[in-house]
Amino acid sequence: MYLCILGLPLMGFLGAAGFGRFLGGRGAGVLTTSLLSITFFLSCLVFYEVGLCGSPCTVNVSPWFLSESWDASWGLLFDPLTGVMCVVVTSVSTLVHLYSTSYMGEDPHLPRFMSYLSLFTFFMLILVTGDNFLQMFVGWEGVGLASYLLINFWYTRVSANKSAIKAMLMNRVGDFGLALGIFAIYVVFQSVNFETVFACAPHLCDEKILFLGFEVHAFTLIGILLFVGATGKSAQLGLHTWLPDAMEGPTPVSALIHAATMVTAGVFLIARCSPLYEYAPDALGLVAFAGGMTAFFAATTGLVQNDLKRVIAYSTCSQLGYMVFACGLSHYDLGVFHLANHAFFKALLFLGAGSVIHAMAGEQDMRKLGGLARALPFTYTMMFLGSLALVGFPFLSGFYSKDALLEVSCAHYTLSGDFTYILGCGAAFCTSYYSFRLVSLTFLGEPKGPKTTYAGLHEAPFAMSLPLILLGVGSLFSGFLGKDFMVGLGTPFWGNTLGGLASHTTSLEAEYISQTLKHLPFVLTVIGGSLGLGLNSPALSSFVYKMKLTPLVRSFYIFLNRRWLFDKVYNDWIGSPSLGFGYNVSFKSIDKGVLEVLGPFGITEGIRNLLTYTREIQSGFIYHYAFVMLLGLTLLLTLLSLEPLIHFWVDPRLWCLFAVGYMGLLPSEDIK
Amino acid sequence: MSLIHSLHVSFVVFLLGLVGIYLNRKNIILVLMSIELMLLGINLNLLSFSVSLDDLIGQVFALFILTVAAAESAIGLAILVIYFRVRGTIDIEFIRLMKG
Repeated sequence: MYLCILGLPLMGFLGAAGFGRFLGGRGAGVLTTSLLSITFFLSCLVFYEVGLCGSPCTVNVSPWFLSESWDASWGLLFDPLTGVMCVVVTSVSTLVHLYSTSYMGEDPHLPRFMSYLSLFTFFMLILVTGDNFLQMFVGWEGVGLASYLLINFWYTRVSANKSAIKAMLMNRVGDFGLALGIFAIYVVFQSVNFETVFACAPHLCDEKILFLGFEVHAFTLIGILLFVGATGKSAQLGLHTWLPDAMEGPTPVSALIHAATMVTAGVFLIARCSPLYEYAPDALGLVAFAGGMTAFFAATTGLVQNDLKRVIAYSTCSQLGYMVFACGLSHYDLGVFHLANHAFFKALLFLGAGSVIHAMAGEQDMRKLGGLARALPFTYTMMFLGSLALVGFPFLSGFYSKDALLEVSCAHYTLSGDFTYILGCGAAFCTSYYSFRLVSLTFLGEPKGPKTTYAGLHEAPFAMSLPLILLGVGSLFSGFLGKDFMVGLGTPFWGNTLGGLASHTTSLEAEYISQTLKHLPFVLTVIGGSLGLGLNSPALSSFVYKMKLTPLVRSFYIFLNRRWLFDKVYNDWIGSPSLGFGYNVSFKSIDKGVLEVLGPFGITEGIRNLLTYTREIQSGFIYHYAFVMLLGLTLLLTLLSLEPLIHFWVDPRLWCLFAVGYMGLLPSEDIK
Repeated sequence: MSLIHSLHVSFVVFLLGLVGIYLNRKNIILVLMSIELMLLGINLNLLSFSVSLDDLIGQVFALFILTVAAAESAIGLAILVIYFRVRGTIDIEFIRLMKG
């Protein structure tokens, strides 16, 4: 059963990729979806056994390679964290598979699409079930690869190619940090197995390690390097620019990659390495600060985006910031809980957006939508439900994780706690605003698009609406159902999976913060939501438009709309200088310059010049020849007369020996 | 007349011949004459040493060299005549058909 969780998606991938030609689009869809749904049921069983019944297990699959004390093997580790991740990944992935069979039904390359989706799920499962860092790295790179293939699915579009390359490269930056972190772990622990590393963590927590010539605290270094990896994969501030661009892929891909699987890998990594992070308070502080800033940055950017999917993408980025700062405040359980809830309502939002785009014949600019509530009541309901869950409306899933996050950060009594609380509240306000702005612009108000697109309006077919319904149910109940066993006080669910020193945990204090602070996020949410609905309604839109034209608001708008100019700064200060360096310095000056002059081109050219000069000695004039003969004779006579003086350096016998040896005439031993 | 004086004379004659070969840019006959001059210098040298060392071998060699010089100038002049027949000039400036 445990192996089947990995095997079935792999079979789905191989079947759809290898026999897609014979199966056809529909066949491939049925094959991969049914295999994935079996995987989902198996994952539920695993979750029940490992999580609820509390019997984690490991499966040794096969040895990988052995070298001295380096002993990497393929193995699966199923503990509560893996169980939660498996359920989240396979459930959302199954629904996305089902959704894609209809959404992508017209696409001629449907078998390829389904195989990529299964490949993606397979690698994600490798990532979460691996029992050592190396196997996790396989999954880590694998999801990067699969995301490249999926974002680039419509490979004839230049923008899709570019954003796929961008996603790949930005992820590579993080992967480099992760690889360094794994090296550092091996240096400190002499092992990459999770059980060895985490068991030794308390004993080795004062180790020092040499890094770039500095002696640094090993755990802090490891924590920071692993967080660099998480930054790339989870789109934290600094390496986040790939995530919104990855919207070039088909919508189900966005739902899969950017809601449930790929971006959660970073949070999963931090939660998995929690025993290490607990002994590296500096690294934890960095994680918390980065998470808080990401949450705030992405939420403010999401305020003024006009692309339907881009708004949701920035909301993903912002929610990931929440999860990461929860981990940074040592509340890994809250981070993972929010991850699980977020997977449901974000997948719901993305698939709902896909449904809108599908209905509107590919239109995804919110300025050209509007008034869809009456035409698409089902989609409207689902999107509204998703938005409510996202903003943390009471008793929906987002409420249980997000407000708890803010409460523990408020009760953390550290600089990072206060920082994340303030930024988190700001982000909650913005989240609410842009979510309801999205609802208002897309579904309410007047129709703003061309009449032809409205003429073709149709509600989503069954295969598309069923996933929406199931995800809607998930968004409604996952928070309430998971609250007690995942983040309840003193819950035994996590066992010893998630570290958390007693001195770091503030779950209890969070219950006793003042009522004002406790209600603040909700109040902000309500204000933000009503602003979002109000300012974008037809009644006020002309006033808002006039406001937008004033210089101050306009520059502010441009700043946010262009994503805090991160892309511009990256392109101008990193991208083009790097390309310029690559072309001018390393290509033109070094490869084609210095190395050519000192290498083949320079040597041949030098010999040719030398030959030209020596040839000119033979001018044809007899008196020149006579002079050269005289000179040569003089030189020879000089040498002969000086022979006792210089024979030490110029022993002619030695040179003869060299010459003969060079021609290969000297006897040599046979090479055996 | 001591050995040194006669050696001086023979050396100067030899050097004159040598300088005549590569400073001369006009006439190839002058080159032949310079060669004769060098052989003459060498002969004088041999004879001086022969007298000074009181050894006959030097004079024998001088006689041989006279013979060789005569033969050499005969052959050289013959080549010159043939060359003149072909090219119509013996100006040394124009003898540069073979270059590197």
